Amino acid sequence: MVIVINGAARHVADDLSLDRAVSLVSDAATGIAAAVNGELVRRASWQSTRLAAGDEVEVLTAVQGG
Amino acid sequence: MTDWQADDPLLLGGQKFGSRLIMGTGGAPSLDVLGRALTASGTELTTVAMRRVDPGSRGSVLDVLTERGIQVLPNTAGCFTAAEAVRTAKLAAEALGTTWVKLEVIADEVTLLPDPVELLDAAEQLVAGGFTVLPYTNDDPVLAKRLEQAGCAAVMPLGAPIGSGLGIRNPHNIELMVQAASVPVILDAGIGTASDAALAMELGCDAVLLATAVTRAREPELMAAAMRSAVAAGRLAYRAGRIPKRRYALASSPAAGA
Repeated sequence: MVIVINGAARHVADDLSLDRAVSLVSDAATGIAAAVNGELVRRASWQSTRLAAGDEVEVLTAVQGG
Repeated sequence: MTDWQADDPLLLGGQKFGSRLIMGTGGAPSLDVLGRALTASGTELTTVAMRRVDPGSRGSVLDVLTERGIQVLPNTAGCFTAAEAVRTAKLAAEALGTTWVKLEVIADEVTLLPDPVELLDAAEQLVAGGFTVLPYTNDDPVLAKRLEQAGCAAVMPLGAPIGSGLGIRNPHNIELMVQAASVPVILDAGIGTASDAALAMELGCDAVLLATAVTRAREPELMAAAMRSAVAAGRLAYRAGRIPKRRYALASSPAAGA
């Protein structure tokens, strides 16, 4: 299936978990947060969150700014 | 250190800070330069933006803060609506483990001025969600009062547009806000050089938040040290009470015996 991670379309396995999706763009153990279709998903729920085709995943961290 | 130097902490969000200079991190040419500037500034609270992770980036601004024991203050820079700002604040809280947020909701890319309607909406939602909200606001005493009534932990009026270095364009309004506020007033944005920061403190602001004036200075570390001194000097001058301005001279030497 195809999902969008941080604005880029990616072919991934069906029923990919959110923690696997996050690991495609970051291996940070702390300092990151993820949202699926605009809704925050707590880190404790990443493993149990299954993604569906077309889902939009955002993975954010702190950067210089403001 | 004498009593008058030591016993004047900034009380913000239920915490005490020895430094009244809050730093931003935008615009620094490298994390190394930023780190040296933050050390020179003496800041204890520094704001960072939230953005998509960049798999290719090396080093983290969070490490720069952690190494120096500086408390992180996430911001919602780049948000144009209350919904965006609330979502970003929640993501920041999850990523950084803090419920403090510098709330920015801007109206457009040209002026970067706050959108007052969206700002107040976002502030109300975040306060209800248990956040310690520090809103970047216009130099509008009425809006500042509304933000305070909404439960914000401070109000942070601009001196001039972000990054403009134009100083404090409406010192009268800043004074009105200081007189009316029962939460800290933090001058945020517009500072160009040390005298601007000193003026903010002389007007009665409780702290100054700045980034560009330091990060884009020719020598960021030197300017950070200058800002540290300016904020401290301005605060002392405010506490000391300036003399009234007079139209004519007032001799400081005795007239008798001349």
